[in-house]
Amino acid sequence: MPPQHLTIALAGNPNSGKTSIFNNLTGTRQKVGNWPGVTVEKKEGHITRSGYDLTIVDLPGTYSLTPFSIEEVVARNFLLDERPDVVIDIIDASNLERSLYLATQIRELDCKVLFALNMADMARARGTKIDGRKLSELLDIPVVFTVGNRNEGMDELLEQAIRLAESTAPPDRTRRVKYSADIEEAIGRLAFFMESKTDDSLPYLPRWVAVKLLEDDAIVQERLIAAAPDAGRQILQAAQALRKHLTDRFDEDPQIVMTDERYGFIAGIVREVQTSTTQQRVDISRSIDLVLTHRLAGFPIFIFFIWAMFQLTFTLGEYPVKWIQTGVELASGTAASLMPEGILKSLVVDGIIAGVGSVIKFMPNILILFFCIALFEDTGYMARSAFLMDRIMHLIGLHGKSFIPMLMGFGCNVPAIMAARTLESEKDRILTILITPFMSCSAKLPVYVVLAGAFFGARAGTVIFGLYLLGIALSILTGRVFRSTLLKGADAPFVMELPPYRMPMAKSLMIHMWDRSKLFLRKMGQVILLGSVIIWALSSFPREVPTTRDDAAQTRQAAAAAGAGNPAAAVAPMQGVEDGSEDTADEIRRMQKTKQTENSYIGRLGRFVEPLFAPLGIDWRGGVSLLSGFVAKEIVVSTMGVLHATGDGEEEDVLGKALAASGMTALSALSMMVFVLLYLPCLATTAAIRRETGSYQWMFFSIGYSTTVAWVAAFLVYQGGRLLGFS
Amino acid sequence: MAPETRWEAMRLSELKEGQTATVVRVGGNGLLRRRIQEMGLVKGTDLYVEKYAPLKDPMELVLKGFHISLRVEEAADIVVENVR
Repeated sequence: MPPQHLTIALAGNPNSGKTSIFNNLTGTRQKVGNWPGVTVEKKEGHITRSGYDLTIVDLPGTYSLTPFSIEEVVARNFLLDERPDVVIDIIDASNLERSLYLATQIRELDCKVLFALNMADMARARGTKIDGRKLSELLDIPVVFTVGNRNEGMDELLEQAIRLAESTAPPDRTRRVKYSADIEEAIGRLAFFMESKTDDSLPYLPRWVAVKLLEDDAIVQERLIAAAPDAGRQILQAAQALRKHLTDRFDEDPQIVMTDERYGFIAGIVREVQTSTTQQRVDISRSIDLVLTHRLAGFPIFIFFIWAMFQLTFTLGEYPVKWIQTGVELASGTAASLMPEGILKSLVVDGIIAGVGSVIKFMPNILILFFCIALFEDTGYMARSAFLMDRIMHLIGLHGKSFIPMLMGFGCNVPAIMAARTLESEKDRILTILITPFMSCSAKLPVYVVLAGAFFGARAGTVIFGLYLLGIALSILTGRVFRSTLLKGADAPFVMELPPYRMPMAKSLMIHMWDRSKLFLRKMGQVILLGSVIIWALSSFPREVPTTRDDAAQTRQAAAAAGAGNPAAAVAPMQGVEDGSEDTADEIRRMQKTKQTENSYIGRLGRFVEPLFAPLGIDWRGGVSLLSGFVAKEIVVSTMGVLHATGDGEEEDVLGKALAASGMTALSALSMMVFVLLYLPCLATTAAIRRETGSYQWMFFSIGYSTTVAWVAAFLVYQGGRLLGFS
Repeated sequence: MAPETRWEAMRLSELKEGQTATVVRVGGNGLLRRRIQEMGLVKGTDLYVEKYAPLKDPMELVLKGFHISLRVEEAADIVVENVR
């Protein structure tokens, strides 16, 4: 006989320890957070137990099952549509009352429910004792004691779940929430009306539908109409009449009255099962908070933590980044020496290795950053940072939690955008993602250094600082504008739990960090690989450089001069051949490269878009460099180097002089820097935007918006500057 | 000596750090109101003002044994009494 299949759903409040129980049960790698709403995606694990195939589904952590947040809709739809065989509701023993609120709602759905009374040891240490047997009796729900972070009670939990699934006895309908007489009467009448109108053919429990209709639940209304189009409308009318009656009766929205009554019902249960021995608990968490969110010390400590995170991510991360770069160069060198000259070699070396290498090198930064974020989340500090910053972020129409992603943007936009996942509200998340690219990332710095260094001399530092400020100002402006137009709607209320501080578990931190980084590697890798090959193709085709006979002759000459016994000199002149004519060969090679780039598709594209850049004071070389900067912003400098035939852009002052010679002025340099600051995010960032917003629309919107802003800003700088008489 | 008790209703946002009060009514827009109620901040609940954030907004409350934060403008819609 093939094993039978059972689906078990895990439900519970955020911070109830649900995710660690899920990890224990399935062994699946999951991230464990200490921040409300971390589990947004649906997660599953498969195990076999007592001859059953079990699918364990981790529902998002919610406080309720009202359809107001994505998490709640996801959780409720799963329970309604997938009809899991058993729902394990994780009850945080320290928060019995609030946990039972969700439990009563699950119970109303007529699911087979099992309680995992989690962390009762901790609650007992804090002076709260819970009578599990009594709780089980009062609600007719089996109760299993568990300690998620010590892996205790998991076997019994599964055994009980299987036993519950096997039992054929229907759940006892008398042991659920009883509302006051008026509301019960309305529920009864509506349910009866519903049954008579639909011949009891609704796929949902009539009592539950009646409760939801009295609460004016829009999703249930839609579902009802979908299930029974004609009868549904009559039922809705009846429900509205009853709602009106109840509103008059209570002088209050029935939905509020019912929430009150559920809590009243729960309070009765809590009184019977819970005994508290200490009134004011001694709470380490509170003492920590007295320091970390202190009126005076709170901000300095916060700034220190952020500074430390930044330092770790970008300064400590710098070392492994260098190793990876060395590794990539080694790989590139090896490939170059092993492969025969030709297009395939160019594809591998200049396309794939260079492109993927440019992304892989972010890996150490990302690992460290995600480690820090996991640490903030798992300890509970993340919620405090939102608590501290909310006042400031609220001015931009954002949530306190938006601060960290935006700040990380100064380092690298890719992890910054990924850090926006910590935001619960989708609108907040998208808004944060849209404005983060205006935070000038570290890859743009080399561009500023070259341009500001060449044209602003001693004032270069001030100019660069000004650019950073401009980015911040535009992000604030964008935030305010989008919040009142595109992403309108009430900002998510700031009602946020401040969970107790917890000692992070090393294993959980690692899982956390690795899961997110893996995502980066896998998803980014594919896009980046494709993107870099496309850019490579655009810049290397057509291959034929329309060389004049003179050029070719010169090359041959130079090659011969470089030493007949050393043919490599002509191919790779930087190998350090100590020969005077090496310079000439190098020069010619550069000229050829310049010509080739000029003639390539990207060069032609540059010529084509020249009229667009002309009003900004940027010539076609600048245009091509900016286009190539799509791969990575650092490339802007090296492309300019190639186009101005100054070598690989190593010597900044040389490039500066070449730029000045080509007619670039301080004003056009400023215009170009402003454009670089604001224009389309790099390939990796674009891929991150696509991934994190879940839509190409937002990705293209971000590209279009930032580039438009960049163009307008650069135009204003250049044309405005000219009007004011600068050059 | 028992601390001074004020029975008249006032806004939650008017409470000072360290004060306790009982919820009389939760007002405000639908979503916020619902959210606050579901977290357990219902009529009759006692809540303790743990602290205000350094910039005086948001505020931190303790109710039913856990801590939540609430913006001051949101707290202004919650009426409390029996402030002590």
